[in-house]
Amino acid sequence: MLAHNGIIILLTLLLSLIAAIMPMPITLDTFRPDWVLVVTMYWAIALPSRVNVITAWVMGLLLDILLGSTLGVHAAAMATTIFIASGNFQKIRNFSLWQQSLVVGVLASLFHLIVFWLQRFLTDVVFLPSYLYPVLTSMVLWPWAFLLLRKTRQHFKIK
Amino acid sequence: MNPIFKHGPSAQHRLILVLCCSMLLIFFDHKMHSFDTARGYMQSMVSPLQYIANAPKQILNWTVENLASRKKLVAENQHYKSQQLIFNEQAMQLDILRSENARLRSLLASPVRPEVKKMVAEILAVDTDPYSHQILINKGLNDDVYEGQPVIDELGVVGQVLHAGATNSRILLISDVSHAIPLRIQRNGVRLIASGSGNIRRLIVNHVPHSTDIKEGDVLVTSGLGGKFPEGYPVAKVNFVQKNETRAFAQVYAEPIAQIDRLRYMLLLWPEPVEAFSTSEVQSKSAGKE
Repeated sequence: MLAHNGIIILLTLLLSLIAAIMPMPITLDTFRPDWVLVVTMYWAIALPSRVNVITAWVMGLLLDILLGSTLGVHAAAMATTIFIASGNFQKIRNFSLWQQSLVVGVLASLFHLIVFWLQRFLTDVVFLPSYLYPVLTSMVLWPWAFLLLRKTRQHFKIK
Repeated sequence: MNPIFKHGPSAQHRLILVLCCSMLLIFFDHKMHSFDTARGYMQSMVSPLQYIANAPKQILNWTVENLASRKKLVAENQHYKSQQLIFNEQAMQLDILRSENARLRSLLASPVRPEVKKMVAEILAVDTDPYSHQILINKGLNDDVYEGQPVIDELGVVGQVLHAGATNSRILLISDVSHAIPLRIQRNGVRLIASGSGNIRRLIVNHVPHSTDIKEGDVLVTSGLGGKFPEGYPVAKVNFVQKNETRAFAQVYAEPIAQIDRLRYMLLLWPEPVEAFSTSEVQSKSAGKE
């Protein structure tokens, strides 16, 4: 993990965790993009041999601890989503940027729905459309995150 | 280098492995509560991340406080002075009432209510997930915070401590779906239970018979039953009552009095444990003899 500047991967993942818990005004908070999902997905598509399902699961578990949800909920959702992304990394890589962000939108909605289903199974939460707002912002975030992370990857020659 | 032949287990096996781990974690965390103590340690472990995430807001707050204009400071000062005058007057009244209350209570041979220990805590305003209403504060086990401890703000009850870490702890708000709090109506003392609805501005008052004397505008205060929350702190104001006879119970909603979405400073309370009542009673009796 740490060879070939792998520490940079860890650093970006940590930054995404911090972005995910950064305090924000309550109106913007419902639109907070899924930073962790977007960053993990970039690495899973760019370097499937380095960042895999287990990494995603660990990130999800950290998210669980940070958000105070039942342990394993975000972890399971994260692992499933990244499994689908890294299984199709060759197709996704060949898409144009906006096509990729559509794929990210679909995967992010899957992520949120898995989290919702598990929560629904555990407690009596009711579905609100606002739970899916982050999908829109994640789709908007994807091209920028993609370009920035690709620049980082090329600059530090992470393989 | 991308290896042609991959090492280690295949992606499917990894997925099945981690999903099994997730299921086990969910089961042990949700059903068995096996991680209640471990959560405290995990909370302490990730707290550096939370402090870093909170730093920009702290810096902004600091700059805003330091760059406040003179005019604003003067206005604030004036406001505080007038407030203090009012509070001083009320404190004088309170002293008289307290001694009178203690005298009456000793006449009735019921225990004198002890002073509760309090501590101010600041919110770490760290985001939580939309399915549960929780916040993080900057006091933990090092400050004797314990699980289930009541937390109030300047207006009313906010919630209780869910997990206590070493330097910070997580608070479950009264508006969370899994939270319920024993209450009574301040006006007539009818006992009720209100549970959270997942909506920050609404509590649902459960199992209210149609004949109950409850109306919009009633203030609900803690009843002190259940032993978690001390008696008499305001919690919510009734804002919707519908007595539809086709339903088993009246539909009653209340709005929390505490400004749950605008919290900054909170008070942690240490209510006297129940067994301490007997000792305080003995003390008050011996004080009476002297």
